[in-house]
Amino acid sequence: MEKFIRMTAIACPLPAENIDTDQILPARYLKLPRKGEHGKVLFHDLRFDAPGHEKADFALNKSPWREAKIIAGGRNFGGGSSREAAVYALYDFGIRCVIAPSFGDIFSQNATKNGLLTALVTDAEGGALTDALAREPTLPVTVDLDQQIVVCGDLRIQFTIDPARRIRLLNGWDDIDLTETFRGEINAFKAANLKQRPWIVPTQAT
Amino acid sequence: MNAPQTLFDKLWSSHEIVQRDGESLLWVDRHYVHEGSFHGFSRLAEKGASVAEPGLTFGVADHYVPTRDRNKPIPNPEIARMVSQLDKNTADQNITLFGLKDRRQGIVHVIGPELGLTLPGLLIVCGDSHTSTHGAFGAFAFGIGASEVAHVLMTQTLWQKKPMRMRITVDGALAEGLGAKDIALAVIAKIGADGASSHAIEFAGSAIRALSMEGRMTLCNMAIEAGGRCGIVAPDATAFNYLKGREFAPKGDALDKAMRDWIELKSDAGAMFDREVSIDAATVAPFVTWGTSPEDALPIDGRVPDPAREQNLERAKYIRGAIDYMGLSPGEKLTDIAIDRVFIGSCTNARIEDLRAAAAILANRISKVPGLVSPGSSSVKRQAEEEGLDRLFREAGLEWADSGCSMCVGINGDLVASGERCASTTNRNFRGRQGVGARTHIMSPAMVAAAAVSGHLADMRPLMRKA
Repeated sequence: MEKFIRMTAIACPLPAENIDTDQILPARYLKLPRKGEHGKVLFHDLRFDAPGHEKADFALNKSPWREAKIIAGGRNFGGGSSREAAVYALYDFGIRCVIAPSFGDIFSQNATKNGLLTALVTDAEGGALTDALAREPTLPVTVDLDQQIVVCGDLRIQFTIDPARRIRLLNGWDDIDLTETFRGEINAFKAANLKQRPWIVPTQAT
Repeated sequence: MNAPQTLFDKLWSSHEIVQRDGESLLWVDRHYVHEGSFHGFSRLAEKGASVAEPGLTFGVADHYVPTRDRNKPIPNPEIARMVSQLDKNTADQNITLFGLKDRRQGIVHVIGPELGLTLPGLLIVCGDSHTSTHGAFGAFAFGIGASEVAHVLMTQTLWQKKPMRMRITVDGALAEGLGAKDIALAVIAKIGADGASSHAIEFAGSAIRALSMEGRMTLCNMAIEAGGRCGIVAPDATAFNYLKGREFAPKGDALDKAMRDWIELKSDAGAMFDREVSIDAATVAPFVTWGTSPEDALPIDGRVPDPAREQNLERAKYIRGAIDYMGLSPGEKLTDIAIDRVFIGSCTNARIEDLRAAAAILANRISKVPGLVSPGSSSVKRQAEEEGLDRLFREAGLEWADSGCSMCVGINGDLVASGERCASTTNRNFRGRQGVGARTHIMSPAMVAAAAVSGHLADMRPLMRKA
C-alpha cells in the first residue's frame, strides 16, 4: 500500500450531504475486476449524462478540479453500502484524501486499507474549507498527516483520525503481514475459544 | 467487583485476541460470502493463500441471482459469470455454498438466522453493510469491505477500533399495524443517517422486547442506515425459541452450554453508554421517505419539506436537490404522491411476517400499479405458498418471484426504470439505487401494500381489517 505522509494539491469542493457509496460507484459497476480503471466510473451518474457526456455543472468536470487529488466533502460522505470499489474509484481517479465532517464507518475503514486518507473535521471547518475553495478554486490545499493539519490559504484546520489508521497510512502497512506476526496469539485464542465456547462450531443436523 | 458492562462490551471482550495502537485484533466466528466477495478471493489467489477456516465460512448466492426462470441459463453472461465465480471460489476453498439451485438459498441476512448459523454471542462479518441484521440475536455483526474480506479469509481475524456505545430505548406499545420498519425510520429521522456513526447501537426497551425476531432483524438491518457500526438486541426467550431445532444450531449438550452463555448476554444494570436516545413507541407513526437518504423520513400525514423554510443553507440546498431528483413539489402532501410500481423484498422486509402483513392489506383488492414480490429466502417462499400468500399477491396483480437481493440493488437486472416512482420495502432510497434515475420511497410492507392498492402513498391503517 502507498504511504500517505503529506501532500499539496488542488482540492475539489463537494459540500452536498449524504454522498453515499452508490453515488461514488453505481452498483452496476461492481462487477469490474480490480485493474486500476475504476476511476473512469467515479461518480458516474453525477458526472455523466445518459448518452455518456460529461455534465458541465459537476465540480469534477470543471477546471482546475479535474486535476484534484483532494475532495472537501459534506456530512456523511461515503455512507451506505460497504463496496470497497467506491474507494478504488476515488483512488484510481487520483484522489488521495477526502476531508469531511462525517464519513460512513465502513467507507473510512476501506479507505485506510487502500492508502486513501479520510480526514475528519467539524461542520464549521468543513464549511469554511468548501467555501474557500468555491471562492478561489486554484487555492492549493496541503494535508499533513504527521501533523494532522489541513492548510488552505489562511485556514489551518487540525483534523481527527484514529491513531491506528494514522500509523498504517504513514507507514503504508499491509494488515495481513502485520496480523501474521500475531500467529501465536491467534492460535492460542482459537484453542481457548473452542474450549470455552464449543457451541460456536456449526454442526449440521443429521 | 467488576464494573457493570454493556452487552457490546461483553461481545467485544470475548473476541479480543490482542491490542495494538488503539485497535484490537478480533476473532471472527462466522464469515458469510456472496458473489460480490470476489475481490477478497482474488486477493487470496494473488497471495497464493487458502481460507484459514472454511468450516466457519459460508457462501450464499443472492446479489446477482435471477428471480425468474431459474430452470433456464442466466441470459446475461456477465451476471452468469458472477454466480459461477462464487461456485468456483467456494468449491476451490471447501466452503459450504447455498447456491442458486439449493433449496436453502436466499438472501444472506435471511438464511443465516434461518439455518441457525447466526447465533447469540458470535462475531459475524460479511462483505455487505446490512450484516448488522444478525445483531437481532445478540451477535456482534457488521459489514466489511473487500480488503477486510480478504483478511478474514486468510486469518479469520479482523483489526477494529472499539466503537462507542449507544443505547436506543423504545418504551411503550406501538399502535396496531405498526412495526420495526416504522421504529427504524423514526430513529433515523431523529438522529440522522450519520447519527450513530462510530457507535455500536443496542436497541432496548419494552417495544423492542415485544418485537418478533423478524421485527428485530428489520430494526438491526436498518442500524447501518443510521450510520451505526452494528445494531444489537439482547437475546431472550424470543431469540432462543426461534433458534431451537434450526439446521446448524447447537443441539444436546452443546445447546445446554450455549444457553448458559447466552443468558449472560445483556447489559448489566448501571452499565454506562456513551450516548442514550429514547423514543416513546406511542409517538411512532407509519413512516415513509420523501428524499434520497433514509433520514428523509416523515409520518405519512406529513408534507414534502419546503427548502425556502430551511434556515441552514446547505440543508436547504440538499432538500432542493432531493425533491428535484424525486420529482416532488415543496409542501406537497405525502399522500398525494402517485407511484408507478411497488417492490416487496430485500434483507430488510421479506421474511414471512413481512409477507403476511403486506398480503393482509392486498387480500381481495387489486393493485393499481405493477409490482414484484421477492421472498427473503427460498424457504420463506415455500412457507408463504403453504399459507396461500402467493395467491393473494398474484390475485392483486403482483408478480410472485424467486428469492434474491433483486430490486433493492438492481444488479441482477430487476430494475426500476428512469423517472419511475417505486414504493419499496427496502433499506435505501439513494439516487439511482433501484436503477439510474429511479425514485424510491421506503416504508413498511403494509405501507407498500397500501400504496399499491391506492396508487399513491397512503396510510395503511384505514385499510386494515379487523381480525
